[in-house]
Amino acid sequence: MSVESLEKIDTKVFERPTTLIDTEMHYCPGCGHGVAHRLIAEVIDELGIVEDTIGVAPVGCSVFAYNYIGVDFSQAAHGRASAVATGIKRVLPEKYVFSYQGDGDLAAIGTGETIHTCNRGENVLIIFINNGIYGMTGGQMAPTTLPSMKSTTSPFGRDTKSMGFPLKITELVAQLPGTYYVTRQSVHKPLNVRRAKKAIQKGFEYQKLNKGTCFIEIVSNCNSGWKMSPVESNKWMDEHMLAYYPLGDIKLPNDTEA
Amino acid sequence: MAKAKGNIIIDIEKCKGCEICMDACPEDVIAMSKEVNNKGYLYAVKIEDSCTGCTNCALVCPDAVITVYREVKKKKEQVAKITNVTGNITVTVDK
Repeated sequence: MSVESLEKIDTKVFERPTTLIDTEMHYCPGCGHGVAHRLIAEVIDELGIVEDTIGVAPVGCSVFAYNYIGVDFSQAAHGRASAVATGIKRVLPEKYVFSYQGDGDLAAIGTGETIHTCNRGENVLIIFINNGIYGMTGGQMAPTTLPSMKSTTSPFGRDTKSMGFPLKITELVAQLPGTYYVTRQSVHKPLNVRRAKKAIQKGFEYQKLNKGTCFIEIVSNCNSGWKMSPVESNKWMDEHMLAYYPLGDIKLPNDTEA
Repeated sequence: MAKAKGNIIIDIEKCKGCEICMDACPEDVIAMSKEVNNKGYLYAVKIEDSCTGCTNCALVCPDAVITVYREVKKKKEQVAKITNVTGNITVTVDK
């Protein structure tokens, strides 16, 4: 069989999404925020909702999310991103509204706002990046810091007797009747990145159905705060963080209802 | 089965040298450079030609600096002519 008739063509199979603004990010090398930003931009691109999406940036490392994701953005006071997202969604119900929050923002100072937003069943997508530490302010202990994990404010490790236990806020909001889809993903391996992207896509699609709050936790690394190299921190996360925060869907929509 | 052939292009000025792509690559195609870019980071470079275009490196890249290409074989024309070795029989095959 002659093969001259076959022509070899290079096709582009992966490129930077257009919604992700072509600029350098301020994140540390190897930070999971970059992947999470890219996944949101890819999903917005694929659904074709650039003009109809409004994001809410938090306080924390991802405060500059509006510089990187090319959609309309609002910046909320510390912890209040889900409350601001509620307001935006109620005034502009036809828009896709998402909040992008870290663990210091969502699970510490904004616990009340988060729980009540989920309890009211607001039709917003909450994306929660959990790296178990206050990364921006220099690696202090967060509510999500693991037991016996060292941070600048728990230099001998988190002592659960005096400092309490890590807060599994994702399991907490899954108990509330207002939430529609609650899942926990990570972005440290190619397979997990693919799964996280599917979860974010579902989150945006469910928002159109007006069924309730979608809550996606992304377990991420903080190599600067954990004092490790990026590859080491991903391995540490795989062994320790994912043992305490197991990946997977926590609350799935009832298919017969949908 | 023949291996798929691919290629990657790295935007070295945006690369921060976190080495996560190096860790994710199943073919060990990527290595770190000996020189630094304008930001002062060692950047990722392609050192082998065994890239299969699997996109693993691009999926885990936090700075989205990697563009992946994959070689696909396509017929030049809609109809390909196949000549039999024993004779001059020409068979036309629809795509």
